This record gives sequence, C-alpha cells and structure tokens, in this order.
Amino acid sequence: MRIAVQSAPFDAAAEIAGFGAGTNAGALVTFTGLVRDDSGRMQALELEHYPGMTERAIAKIAEEAMTRWSLADCLVIHRFGRLTVGEPIMMVATAARHRAAAFEAAEFLMDYLKSRAPFWKKEISPDGTCWVAAKASDEDALTRW
Amino acid sequence: MIDVVYFAWVRERIGLPRERVETRAATVADLVAELSAREERYAAAFADISALRVALDQELSEFDAPLAGVREVAFFPPMTGG
Repeated sequence: MRIAVQSAPFDAAAEIAGFGAGTNAGALVTFTGLVRDDSGRMQALELEHYPGMTERAIAKIAEEAMTRWSLADCLVIHRFGRLTVGEPIMMVATAARHRAAAFEAAEFLMDYLKSRAPFWKKEISPDGTCWVAAKASDEDALTRW
Repeated sequence: MIDVVYFAWVRERIGLPRERVETRAATVADLVAELSAREERYAAAFADISALRVALDQELSEFDAPLAGVREVAFFPPMTGG
C-alpha cells in the first residue's frame, strides 16, 4: 500500500510499473482524475488540504479497502496546490485476485476520497475565485458501501 | 490552550489559518459559541454550522463532542477531494 500527497505532477503510467508484481494478482484497475473545466472559463484549480490529516484519512480509507476486498496492493496519489485544466489531479490503483474486487475497491476509494479526504477545491477564472461546493450526491454515494 | 485551525472559506472569512485559544469550552459547540461572541467575522463564519465540519486532533468529529484532552480543533467546509 502506498499513499502520496504531493504538489508535484505524477506520471500515472510510471506509477503503476511493477504495481502488484509478485502478488499473484489477476486484476489491476487504475483510475486517474483530471482537472475539468465545467464553466469554460477556468484558468486554474487550487487545492487546499490539511497536512497530516490528509495522509491519515487516506491511509484509513485505503486500509479499509485492502481488508474488505482482500487487495494484493493499493496505491493512492492526490495532489494539492495550483493545477491547470487537463492536468492529472489524483489516481488510485488496486490489485486483486479477481476484477470485481479490483473495480469495486477502486470505486470505494474514489467515493470516500471525494468527501472524507480533507481537500478543498477553488476555481480560478477571470471573473474571480469560487470555492467548489460539495455535492449531496457525493455524500449519498457513501451509503452504498 | 487549544490550537484552532481553519480551512478554505472558513479560513478566508475569519482571516487567519491558525490561532491558539484560551478556552474552558467543554464541547466543540461551546467553543463555537465563544468564538462567535468575539467578533463579527467569527459569527459570520459560524453562522450555519450545518455547513461546516469539525476535526479533533485530525479525526473527523461532531459539534457535540467533548474537548477534554484535545490539542487541535479544525473547522472547514464539507470536503471536495477526488
């Protein structure tokens, strides 16, 4: 299991080289989230986080995924700081014996990272700045787990 | 003494990221009441606590939680990771 909270960019392909190797995993799922511009006017996205709590919260979520789906391995990378449209913002990777577990665990990680990892997004546009509000649907997504 | 930290728009509204607070508040809600009574910027930030989340020593908690033994209280809006 590896957790990285960083401002530096990452290369998703390089990150999964060797991931799950030697574990007899039969399935490897990866998800990469990119900075999206919904308004068509966004210049940058600024991510604030809570140093210390962020790492702890993500580790707790990842440990639960490891146990619940008997994962062979699990990787979470999440960036903070100023990002531009199209840049990778975060990724998760899961390795398991079978694909159902790998897919489900990746979705679980994504759902929990959205509303239980202490990050806050602020959109920067020529019109000013705007904090992104949490969606009720993101909170509701947790009930299925 | 307790460390109180603020994030996102709560930090912007209060105007500082962190402060040490001398308090005898028994619960988070008591601390919120004390801070709100200080100045308008605190009252504005804490006007609707249903729009806020709280963490005690970096663990998500509740507003009725006791503060005994707690070193760091954090206030922030609902998280938007992922």
